[in-house]
Amino acid sequence: MAWSREQLAERAAREMRDGFYVNLGIGIPTLVGNYIPPGMKVLLQSENGMLGMGPFPYEGDEDPDLINAGKQTITELPISSYFSSADSFGMIRGGHINLSVLGGMEVSERGDLANWMVPGKVVKGMGGAMDLVAGVRRVIVLMEHVARDGSPKFKAACELPLTGAGVVDMLITDLAVFNRKDRHSGFDLIELAPGVTEAQVRAKSTAKFGSALS
Amino acid sequence: MATASQAGDGKVFPTAAAALAGIARDGMSIMSGGFGLCGIPEHLIAALRELGVKGLTVISNNAGIDELGLGQLLKSHQIAKMISSYVGENKEFERQYLHGELEIEFNPQGTLAERIRAGGAGIYGFYTRTGAGTQVAEGKETRLVDGESWVLETGLTADLAIVKAWKGDREGNLVYRKTARNFNPVMATAGRVTIAEVEQLVEIGELEPDMIHTPGIFVQRIVQGLNYRKPIEQRTVRKRGSHGVVA
Repeated sequence: MAWSREQLAERAAREMRDGFYVNLGIGIPTLVGNYIPPGMKVLLQSENGMLGMGPFPYEGDEDPDLINAGKQTITELPISSYFSSADSFGMIRGGHINLSVLGGMEVSERGDLANWMVPGKVVKGMGGAMDLVAGVRRVIVLMEHVARDGSPKFKAACELPLTGAGVVDMLITDLAVFNRKDRHSGFDLIELAPGVTEAQVRAKSTAKFGSALS
Repeated sequence: MATASQAGDGKVFPTAAAALAGIARDGMSIMSGGFGLCGIPEHLIAALRELGVKGLTVISNNAGIDELGLGQLLKSHQIAKMISSYVGENKEFERQYLHGELEIEFNPQGTLAERIRAGGAGIYGFYTRTGAGTQVAEGKETRLVDGESWVLETGLTADLAIVKAWKGDREGNLVYRKTARNFNPVMATAGRVTIAEVEQLVEIGELEPDMIHTPGIFVQRIVQGLNYRKPIEQRTVRKRGSHGVVA
């Protein structure tokens, strides 16, 4: 049985480590913040200029000067800090952020990511995604394993315009988890959703990958 | 000729329109601070709308939403070109773009911020990994260093920068508030003329020198805005008593 959105988020949260600075993308990646193990110190970065993002405000406490990169109202924590967009992306590009979790439309077997141009739709822009994948030390992509029409999204090569070339370190789909040792290596299948077989995952992928399952 | 009441008292101008007088013109490039609708110079944008200057190149992370922020200048067809990283949530933008009435140049958000920082700091350009191997690198010089590809991006300046701060003094020293800071400090450095609008205009000496985010050297004109609207794009809340961990 395929993993739910919440289970994808929960699985990604297991990649968090104490002391990490983490940037979470919009959509399912945002949910990852709800599964940070209690007692673990993780600071969430919002690329519009904040470290130490707090929860949504209580009704009536919304502050228009305090939003996240998804333009949602949020709150600050005692540990929070604010900075300019240039400093924010200095942090991102300079490799100071430990982990970035993003959504994806396509991932290739070489770790290329496409997630900014929706086919058949007007281009809205890449926002900070290209900077995040180019600069953050470890990049995890969360996505459905296949598109709505059933076509594979984990591919031999991306067909959509790239967000970054060779930038994905881990891919978590609703069917399986893939990891690679470094950015010169291929991906290995490391986990399967309950009841899902390796053969099923291979049948739904055009990407070549190894297997760490025995 | 400006009347005495409309002229600046040093850097201080009585209204956004007065601050733009003699500066705003057709075809100019304008940097406009803000992220989404957070920290946008809403009074200066409204004044540009009233002035009706056209053919503008606007450099701003986003393009406002319909009727709000830069969306107002789009609606009135005053913008010819946008340089932005993300322009979602704007139907009028989409319509003008599809009809070829509007040109758009997408920059990755960090590249946009750094181009502006470089422009303001007198740096011609910089090499970045951002966009290497993507459409963004097409037509740009790239350099291979130790097996990694770096893309040359150039510094960006504008004829005018309009920024929004929380507090400012008569010298133009600025302090921003929370995430309303965003692109405002870098843009303040990169305008040939920079006009700041502030919620609170204070006397010299009232701001703690150690706490100033933008030194007044970058600000040529300053105006206090009244009755800020500060619209919220995505109002997200939690119920009292709940313990949501994260936004």
